[in-house]
Amino acid sequence: MKHIQNIGLGLFLVGLSIFTSLIFIGKYEVTPEVLENIINNKGIKSELFINSMKSNVVGKEFSNPFTFSSSMISALETANESHKQNSEWDKVIWDKPHSFAYEIVKQSGNGIIKENKWLFWWLTFGLGILGALMYIIPAVIVKGPPGIKNNGIWFNAATNRGWVGWLVFIFLVGFYLLLYFRPSYIVNWTYIVDPISENLSGNLASQWFLYGFLYCVVMTVMAVRMYIKYRHNKYQILRTTSVLFFQIVFAFLIPEILVRFEKPWYDFKNAFPLDYDFFFSWNLDQLIASGGLGLFILIWGIVLTVVIVPVMVYFFGKRWYCSWVCGCGGLAETLGDPYRQLSDKSLKAWKLERWLVHGVLVFVLMMTGFTLYAYFSGAEGVLGIKTQTIQDIYGFLIGSIFAGVIGTGFYPIFGNRVWCRFGCPLAAYLGVVQRFKSRFRITTNGGQCISCGNCSTYCEQGIDVRAYAQKGENIVRSSCVGCGICSAVCPRGVLKLENGPEKGRINPTEILLGNDVDLMDLVNQK
Amino acid sequence: MEHIVIIGNGISGVTAARHIRKLSAKKITIVSAESDYFFSRTALMYVYMGHMKFEHTQPYENWFWKKNRIDLKKGYVENIDTENSTLHFTEGDLLTYDKLIIATGSKPNKFGWPGQDLEGVQGLYSKQDLENLEVYAPNNKVCKRAVIVGGGLIGIELAEMLHSRNIPVTFLVRESSFWNGVLPNKESELINREILSNGIDLRLSSNLKEIKSDENGKAKSVIIEETGEEIFCDFVGLTAGVSPNIDIVKNSNIETGKGFKVNRYLETNISNIYAIGDCAEQQEAIGNRRPIEAVWYTGRMMGETVAQTICGNRVEYKPGHWFNSAKFFDIEYQTYGWVWAQPKDNEARFYWEHESSKKCIHINYDKNTREFIGINTFGIRMRHEFFDKILSEKQTVEHVLEHLTNANFDPEFYKLYEKEIVAKFNAENNTNIQLKKKSWKRIFQVN
Repeated sequence: MKHIQNIGLGLFLVGLSIFTSLIFIGKYEVTPEVLENIINNKGIKSELFINSMKSNVVGKEFSNPFTFSSSMISALETANESHKQNSEWDKVIWDKPHSFAYEIVKQSGNGIIKENKWLFWWLTFGLGILGALMYIIPAVIVKGPPGIKNNGIWFNAATNRGWVGWLVFIFLVGFYLLLYFRPSYIVNWTYIVDPISENLSGNLASQWFLYGFLYCVVMTVMAVRMYIKYRHNKYQILRTTSVLFFQIVFAFLIPEILVRFEKPWYDFKNAFPLDYDFFFSWNLDQLIASGGLGLFILIWGIVLTVVIVPVMVYFFGKRWYCSWVCGCGGLAETLGDPYRQLSDKSLKAWKLERWLVHGVLVFVLMMTGFTLYAYFSGAEGVLGIKTQTIQDIYGFLIGSIFAGVIGTGFYPIFGNRVWCRFGCPLAAYLGVVQRFKSRFRITTNGGQCISCGNCSTYCEQGIDVRAYAQKGENIVRSSCVGCGICSAVCPRGVLKLENGPEKGRINPTEILLGNDVDLMDLVNQK
Repeated sequence: MEHIVIIGNGISGVTAARHIRKLSAKKITIVSAESDYFFSRTALMYVYMGHMKFEHTQPYENWFWKKNRIDLKKGYVENIDTENSTLHFTEGDLLTYDKLIIATGSKPNKFGWPGQDLEGVQGLYSKQDLENLEVYAPNNKVCKRAVIVGGGLIGIELAEMLHSRNIPVTFLVRESSFWNGVLPNKESELINREILSNGIDLRLSSNLKEIKSDENGKAKSVIIEETGEEIFCDFVGLTAGVSPNIDIVKNSNIETGKGFKVNRYLETNISNIYAIGDCAEQQEAIGNRRPIEAVWYTGRMMGETVAQTICGNRVEYKPGHWFNSAKFFDIEYQTYGWVWAQPKDNEARFYWEHESSKKCIHINYDKNTREFIGINTFGIRMRHEFFDKILSEKQTVEHVLEHLTNANFDPEFYKLYEKEIVAKFNAENNTNIQLKKKSWKRIFQVN
């Protein structure tokens, strides 16, 4: 069994290495036709850019995407600069340089990868999936009978912030930086999922399609791990199935199929304000222009946030969203599960959490308020601040850096819920409802707690669960996403997630159940 | 300002300190030789198994003590001068107190076995024991086999710990079946099977005769009394129970038996000295409880109680209904009320076991009055509050079964067995109990 696991690990690493090295393989050449296409599609009027492209780029073969992109970007930037100086605003190319470069690179690559998309799919995704499963599945036998088997987690360099963890951290952060800020470098990765994208939406794969597909693959493989690890725990099995379903069907398949039918790309479960650009003017315009379905999406998006989300939180706690439906939560609960013990449980972290997460909520609401004001009034900005600027700052700081680079990149360092705990504005909103108006709580089983600390250690949200359990107090915390792992790892059956009457839900106790009845009455009623 | 000194920073001493702080502004000092800060002893096993780091076993962050004005002193008390209310430490320094709470806990039993003090022979109680375990049994290269002597809760935990590092374990149990002085046969056998299925070499009815030494004074084998068999090993765990740690009072006039003798107010024979937790011995037994109870929550309850007394509200220690819990490898165990190993004359039993042999419940009730006396539950979690109320109200066994859905505390979506259980009871007892639907109202006692 150990051999199978080792071979699996080997195959996985080979797949990963090939995947990584793809960036450096291949050749790129812009043909006059491609340039013509871009000029027409984008309506480019800058003769400076066109000339510069013709003399420096077109017809030349580049052997890597870095110099190729940078020569195009410098052409673009030089042209823009001069146009701006001369106030030739209609000639300025307003696209984000790297996204712009991506589109050209996507059409200009050639060579072995583009010609053998499926072969490279198998060499990367195929080997990675096969290897990972060979590593994961033998756990059924290797780890012993069903039950909590967290043996050695704190001795393992992958899960105790050891060197493996740091390598994974570097890889993940690197991946997100490329994905968000240098898509033109990772065109080769998108080639290998082109066939799948074409089958779904009819289009070639963008970097976002690549990300969505990779996301689904990673979640599926790591869900297998969850199914094995928690095969004795039906709550975990159902929860894992649910997040997997919503990711694959709602976040991946339905939006792609919508595009196939020339409808707007929309993830029906992605609620504002997590879906922070829902009220951006381009989205509103697109929805309104898309007829009945667009209008339905517009109304659905508003009803989801204003009615469905809070009502469901009232009945079931925020877990219905955060650990049963949400995509970010889905990745955290599958890929992130091995890292849950790394979350910071200190009081300081809790204080930071409250400032940050509510700060982001205020930020997103302000931004949306400004945006809507500008949309309806036609003004460019509010109080002298351009809405576009606020949107750009939010998109960069929160949407990309916080949610992606830090949120996922830091899994092996700060645990798997950094974004959900410190950054997600939707989680902040759900948390307020959960804390003050909900039937959900984690019930503490009387006086059974032995303060061992497994619950706190494995709380991905960094809640000091034990602090409540050892006082016989129910856990009613706004940040709890109801993953149920505290209950699973408790050796004494102390914790139970449940929905019940609001009365008695918050039950601070000084003297625990089991002691003198009179003393309990005396002290607890004071 | 009155100075309260507490010897021992375990759950009893720390609970007392916390509650005294809540009730008063007295000066509080906790003395410990074992660790700088309070940690949860019950969690040491998870540190060895790699589930947690030692710091995770500390329920309070390090700033907690200063913030709550609880002074911590590291030192070993050599002598208590009760005349002058002064503690003498091995380093020679002194500490005076106005009131003293002794909460020194337990130490592992050693019954005079030859070789019991060799290297590589130890109990599992203190932080130091954990550290030694890392020396003598860090992996299965250094420790090719371990022998555990004594089949109680700590013994089976130690077996699970060593097993988690793939160290072969031989488990010597004096009784004819695991823990059958406490558990009825059926449950005891169920746990025997669980131990064996984890690959532990379980030896029932086996006593330790002696531990043999190698040339370096380290344990190399054990001899079994009954068979004379020699089992070679690199580590011997002594887990034949614990007894009160009363070493510090050898030269004082505090009255001791097995532990520090206390009355119902947890007062010793010296007027300003109290004893709580594992080290306290009740002069009169409380209900069916033993005079010495080395249980986590009783230590906590005594701490809660003594704090009242010290802060001017002199109250008796009156523990409520018995309950407890443990985990045997993958099988969780909870008990509420009393289910003796052997039924008493007035008692009848009802036993249900799941076909997997990993879950069972055992109910004890009075066959004349039908009053519910207690329940053992294995592999099914149940609600403490439910049974506490049942016991206080002296409800019948029929009432318990009727409302069994309200007792369940397993995570949501778990399979429920109440129907099966009640059907079995009905079939065996010619009754017609109808299982009631789960009622939040009853569970949370909302009126």
